[in-house]
Amino acid sequence: MDLQNENISSHNFEQCLKCTICTAYCPVTPINPRYPGPKQAGPDGERYRLKNPEFFDEAFKYCLNCKRCEVACPSGVRIGDMILSARLTYTKSKPSLRDTMLAETDMMGSLATVCAPVVNAALAMKPVKLVMDRTLGIDGHRQFPKYTSTRFVTWFNRSARQEQSKFKRRVSYFHGCYVNYNYPALGRAFVGLFNAAGIGVDLLDREKCCGVAKISNRLIAEATRDAKINLESIRKALATGSEAVVATSSTCCFTMRDEYPHILGLKNDDIRSSVTLAVAHLARLVESGEVKLVFRDDYRRRIAYHTPCHMERMGLTQYSVDMLSMIPGVELVVLDSNCCGIAGTYGFKKENYETSQAIGAPLFNQIGRVSPDFVATDCETCKWQIEMSTGLKVKNPVEILFEALDVDATRRANGLHD
Amino acid sequence: MRKLDKHYDVIVIGGGATGAGTARDCALRGLKVLLVERFDFTHGATGRNHGLLHSGARYAVTDKESATECIKENMILRRIAANCVEETGGLFITLPEDDLAYQQTFVDSCLAAGISAEAIDPDLARRLEPSVNPSLIGAVRVPDGAIDPFRLTMANISDARSHGADILTYHEVTGYIRTGQRVEGVVMADHRNGGEEVRATADVVVNAAGIWGHLLAEMAGVSVKMFPAKGALLVFGHRVNNIVINRCRKPANADILVPGDTVCVIGTTSDRVPFDSVDRMEVTPDEVDVLLREGVMLAPSLATTRILRAYAGVRPLVASDDDPSGRSISRGIVCLDHATRDGLEGFVTITGGKLMTYRLMAEWATDTVCRKLGRDGLKCQTAELPLPGSEPDTRDFSSASAGAKASAGRHGTLSARIPADNPADKALVCECEEVSVGEIEYAIDNLNVDNLLNLRRRTRLGMGTCQGQLCICRAAALLEKRDNCASRHLRGIAQFVNERWKGMRPVAWGDNVAEAQFTAWMYGGVAGLDNLPPADEMK
Repeated sequence: MDLQNENISSHNFEQCLKCTICTAYCPVTPINPRYPGPKQAGPDGERYRLKNPEFFDEAFKYCLNCKRCEVACPSGVRIGDMILSARLTYTKSKPSLRDTMLAETDMMGSLATVCAPVVNAALAMKPVKLVMDRTLGIDGHRQFPKYTSTRFVTWFNRSARQEQSKFKRRVSYFHGCYVNYNYPALGRAFVGLFNAAGIGVDLLDREKCCGVAKISNRLIAEATRDAKINLESIRKALATGSEAVVATSSTCCFTMRDEYPHILGLKNDDIRSSVTLAVAHLARLVESGEVKLVFRDDYRRRIAYHTPCHMERMGLTQYSVDMLSMIPGVELVVLDSNCCGIAGTYGFKKENYETSQAIGAPLFNQIGRVSPDFVATDCETCKWQIEMSTGLKVKNPVEILFEALDVDATRRANGLHD
Repeated sequence: MRKLDKHYDVIVIGGGATGAGTARDCALRGLKVLLVERFDFTHGATGRNHGLLHSGARYAVTDKESATECIKENMILRRIAANCVEETGGLFITLPEDDLAYQQTFVDSCLAAGISAEAIDPDLARRLEPSVNPSLIGAVRVPDGAIDPFRLTMANISDARSHGADILTYHEVTGYIRTGQRVEGVVMADHRNGGEEVRATADVVVNAAGIWGHLLAEMAGVSVKMFPAKGALLVFGHRVNNIVINRCRKPANADILVPGDTVCVIGTTSDRVPFDSVDRMEVTPDEVDVLLREGVMLAPSLATTRILRAYAGVRPLVASDDDPSGRSISRGIVCLDHATRDGLEGFVTITGGKLMTYRLMAEWATDTVCRKLGRDGLKCQTAELPLPGSEPDTRDFSSASAGAKASAGRHGTLSARIPADNPADKALVCECEEVSVGEIEYAIDNLNVDNLLNLRRRTRLGMGTCQGQLCICRAAALLEKRDNCASRHLRGIAQFVNERWKGMRPVAWGDNVAEAQFTAWMYGGVAGLDNLPPADEMK
């Protein structure tokens, strides 16, 4: 009977009990009838693909990789990983030019920031949008995020790096492509917030794009190359005095924690628990009393918080909610958990535009009913989607915390004196 | 009492591969045929074996006659039953604890029996079949394969029917119509109609009832000494191997791992069992242990693969007439004309053999029938004519849905007849095995389907990971749509769940027991089937 006790399946897909709750929670299944749904595409299909790879279905490309199926699964089946891995293993066509362009956020950012005003103006022009729509299949409704002339890293090196040596406690900041090329203000807010709390900020030795867009657009060799550089930098940072590597983007954080080992097969258990979201790290320090935050009295806002799918998958939502709730003048409404529909580069693709908007519709409607001053969320692509679809401004919790922070009082509370 | 109007040339008893094959052969030769089966097709050993397309290599050393028959039929089945066969190839592996010298004896015997057998480098074996035990020290490649006995039997039935044969399932032979020393027909109980007596007459009755043939012969007053040998097998949740893996040693327990459709099957054991147990075979914990322990020797990853179920069949082994002790039991075919053997006219028994040789058994039985009818001139065509569904398929499936590919795998060219015009047809009933609404409706209309168990055997409904959890109620609804008899199909659901549980019970641990519990909650609890009175196999 020992043999029987030991015969427990090591195959994740065999732990599926076919309850189908994953499909019930899938944002795509009810919208796009061509998508077979996570159960079918995941554990059910995996079994068929082991019989014959011909059973791979190109329709799996409609998967958002939101991982809501994995959150829903009571048996711990990594359904989203399974579907993504199948796409990577079995898709026969090469990634298109458009997909490559969308995925190469680092390269495109590097090029665009050199002449940001021109690129921004061009990307906003109707004829350019029309050409991108018709020839590349990048949907004309989409507005590319504006590129900055001064990258975050440039600013940091010029204006912030020097003073970081004053701090004993240090974190390393994974800024991500968006902060660096498009929205350095968020990075500046992060540095301001952590510095005020008495924590110094380092950048990683070398930071490459986390790879989320490359992974979902099947540029696996490139994603793996970048991931290895990031992992090496993270290890070095942790070995040389950083107490954590923190990100302000939930998706960057999620990719490095979970997609690296599950999709790229890169082991990260030695550093995984030290890679987290900035708000989560801060929340733990506040909770343990190591850090104190003092907020302005005059900050009065009604804010609706939207949970990004990858945030939910990581189980970090509560940290953002708790931190925002700490601000005395904030009236926080936590929106129903609902994918916004953009899923990174997915929503930019012309063929997905309608699906993308239909998936997000309940969210946009709820935001309309709640009628906040602005929306808070931890993911930049959620931000673009909600801004485009509701006309409201969307901010990262770190940005909001810094906006509401009484910097001087916070510095004093954390024992910092000029 | 009801008497069938038609007088038949031949009545075939038994809806397994042999009976179905005999009915087809007789029908193709222009005889008026009636096939009777007490439950459903493939209910006996045909539905409870390994699904191995033997090359014959397994018997090459010990039973050359069977080996030769196997390889001949193997090559024929690849031609005529292409849709039921997977040409996987097979390996006979030698492990460090086995005698490597046996390998040469084995290869020589294979070649002598006409079976191609090539000793290959263990490294090549590991590359060809990554799941194979990496510690192997020798490997021989042979033309083994996989065969689906359900499809095979059904294809024979369909072809028999389209050549004029009449088919009666759920009709159990309870006696014979006799005049002196001549059998002139059968007396049956119609289980569908409260056991109503039905009579049918024919010039010849063929007993093709597998192990139950022993009892049918006894009922006719003749003796066929049969030895019920139970063989237990385990079905794993997915395909671990894509090439059949055998152990290169004298045939022993659990030394063949066969990939079949979405699963793989390890087997078998071999134990003589009493006759009164053949209708209720259950797999014991000891058998599960042996199967698992030995299976892991072939493919170590079986140790951590989910086991879907365990099942057991009974081989109809026969002692030859000059060996009344029954000690030298062959896998060879036994075809008895009881007129010459026992002085009983109009009665033929076809037994022994194997699934692999069902067609040859059918040919011998039909030859005997023709001789008795004085129609010797009728030529057997079953070695040449492809079975329905197995004709060359020129369709392009590159952009087809997984469901369409899966049903083409099951029904071959006949899948073109499965409705798939609208989304409702294409909706899945059985998600694990990709069985669509259209396929279920096709089966109900064309494949002698009356209940859920029939549907399972025709389509793989409920044979996947969840063992019927999601599909049974959907399929029952489709059955109900045809006959408006909800109460019968409600009982059918309960019966189906219980039948699945019977196979899961011997391996009920881990994910499997969670699955079964979930099913029990759904059907017993939510659907209230716990309140139904217990049902036997639907009669």
